[in-house]
Amino acid sequence: MGTYILKRLGLALVTLWLLSIIVFFACQVLPGDPGRAILGPLAAQSAVHALDQQLGVNRPLLEQYWTWVTGLLHGDLGTSTQFRSPVEPFIRAALINSIKLAALAFIIVVPLGILGGVIAALHVGRTTDRVISVTGLSLTTVPEFVSGIVVAVIFGVTLKWFPVSAAAGDGASVPSQLDHLILPVIPLVFVLFGYIARMTRAGTIEALDSDYARTATLKGLKRSVVIRRHVLRNSLLPTITVIATQVGYLIGGLVVVETLFNYQGIGNLIFKAAQAKDFPMLAAGVLTIGLVYMVATLTADVLYTVLNPRLRLGGNE
Amino acid sequence: MTEVAAAPAAEVTVAHGAGTAQLPPWRLVLRRPTFIVGATILLFWVVCAVFGHLIAPQDPLAQQLLATNQAPSGAHWFGTDQLGRDVFSRVIVGSRDILIISLLATILGTVLGTALGLIMGYLRGVADMLTGRAVEAVLALPLLVVVLLFVVAVGPSPLTIIVVIGFVFTPLIARTVRSAVLVESQLDYLASARLLGESSARIMFVEILPNVMPAVLVEFTVRLGYAIFTVAGLSFLGYGVQPPTPDWGADIAANYGVLPAGYWWMTLFPALAIASLVIAINLVTDSIEQVLSS
Repeated sequence: MGTYILKRLGLALVTLWLLSIIVFFACQVLPGDPGRAILGPLAAQSAVHALDQQLGVNRPLLEQYWTWVTGLLHGDLGTSTQFRSPVEPFIRAALINSIKLAALAFIIVVPLGILGGVIAALHVGRTTDRVISVTGLSLTTVPEFVSGIVVAVIFGVTLKWFPVSAAAGDGASVPSQLDHLILPVIPLVFVLFGYIARMTRAGTIEALDSDYARTATLKGLKRSVVIRRHVLRNSLLPTITVIATQVGYLIGGLVVVETLFNYQGIGNLIFKAAQAKDFPMLAAGVLTIGLVYMVATLTADVLYTVLNPRLRLGGNE
Repeated sequence: MTEVAAAPAAEVTVAHGAGTAQLPPWRLVLRRPTFIVGATILLFWVVCAVFGHLIAPQDPLAQQLLATNQAPSGAHWFGTDQLGRDVFSRVIVGSRDILIISLLATILGTVLGTALGLIMGYLRGVADMLTGRAVEAVLALPLLVVVLLFVVAVGPSPLTIIVVIGFVFTPLIARTVRSAVLVESQLDYLASARLLGESSARIMFVEILPNVMPAVLVEFTVRLGYAIFTVAGLSFLGYGVQPPTPDWGADIAANYGVLPAGYWWMTLFPALAIASLVIAINLVTDSIEQVLSS
């Protein structure tokens, strides 16, 4: 198991390196002349030159990449061109906010999705199953800003139950912060629910169909015991992996949801950096997202190995 | 108890196709109510995309400054927006750009991805390994973020969006096609083709390709859904279809600021349009998948 985890870690590092090349290419190479891009078409050529010099973008590409990557490894994420100050504190604050939002979404959606999937699986092929499956599929595929708007119109504007803006203000109490997070969390829950329910449903159906479930039933165990002790323990394994991969989709949704509800998270930060053509901020934000995703999938892999006795006891692919 | 669970999983793929009734798959798909509902909605939006300007009761760009912010009525079914433009007409005509961009991007990704998948699955080797890594790297970033990154760097244009989405889809589709090819390459007809001295290219594109088409078709419809999702989000963020061209995402972005003032119709109807289109595609995808896997 140790070698397996080391191998996964190595592959993750390679992927991260590939990712850094993609981000570097998009943020440093493609814009052509960053000085011109930042200052706009009306700025004097000398000012553009001076800025390019200051940003170091007129040096050879390999040298730029090397400086950038070694900086990253030392914790130097670069200097924001819109705020003229280090990027790192912005990323840190935004990431903490996003994690609050994401954590609340997961706390709500994981039990809900598992419950939905199990109920659908127990009624497989019948109306309950079709309703849960089609609803889940529809909710999953509707973009977050669409469901976000519908939710905001109903609960924020018409019923006035929750505030439409997610920004609770500095030093707000925990209940107040939660109150502001309810509306933005709903579209995220919608998007995640379908996937989790779908995977749980598939896993549960397979486990219900298995020989060991039949044996358990035939030896006279109650249905609830069979489900709880034999079926769920096996069917929830793939669900763990799905939940981790959903972190990626969740972050994609954050860009839109945080912009819609004006919440100061990593998605909103990336969007504002994009608007200001603040490439160092954009690059750092995007790499952070990639890193979070890698850590999540790696954790899922390790968890899966630890929880699955077949893999834990030395079975290697 | 738990050790016993592993074995049956492998047999699922083997049983594939054996139990299907005499009817050809496309007839089975047509019988599914979810497919009929999805295909009807999809067809409606395709007709709107093609003939939108003929169907729309008013010019979607015409501003009636004396009739701004009007609630839905007989004259304006979906009301008017802040510039007095007819929301109904804008929703009808707004289907065009999102459908064209998403469709072209998905076609690009599917063509490149299928070719790459055939090469990966049949020839294996370096291309196979490299693409495996590329898939990992691509998956580590949400599609919307990747497209946003490149569109900001190059400037928003439909071509950029199409190419970036197409390129991101390529390794993802290639992975699916690859595993379908791996199943095929163990079958006898390929051994006989090789013995007959057929070239690798001919075996890949003439012998294998028709047999992996179901997998390609499913992948195409799944990706089309993602593409629409992404293009809509991109337009909402201001990096997709540019105003004043009617577009659902862009129209929502332009009007959601006045939502708290009670002008809900300017955002709700484009939002419902996006939702209906994406749900329709997923209903179609789901029914095709169900038929092919049963």
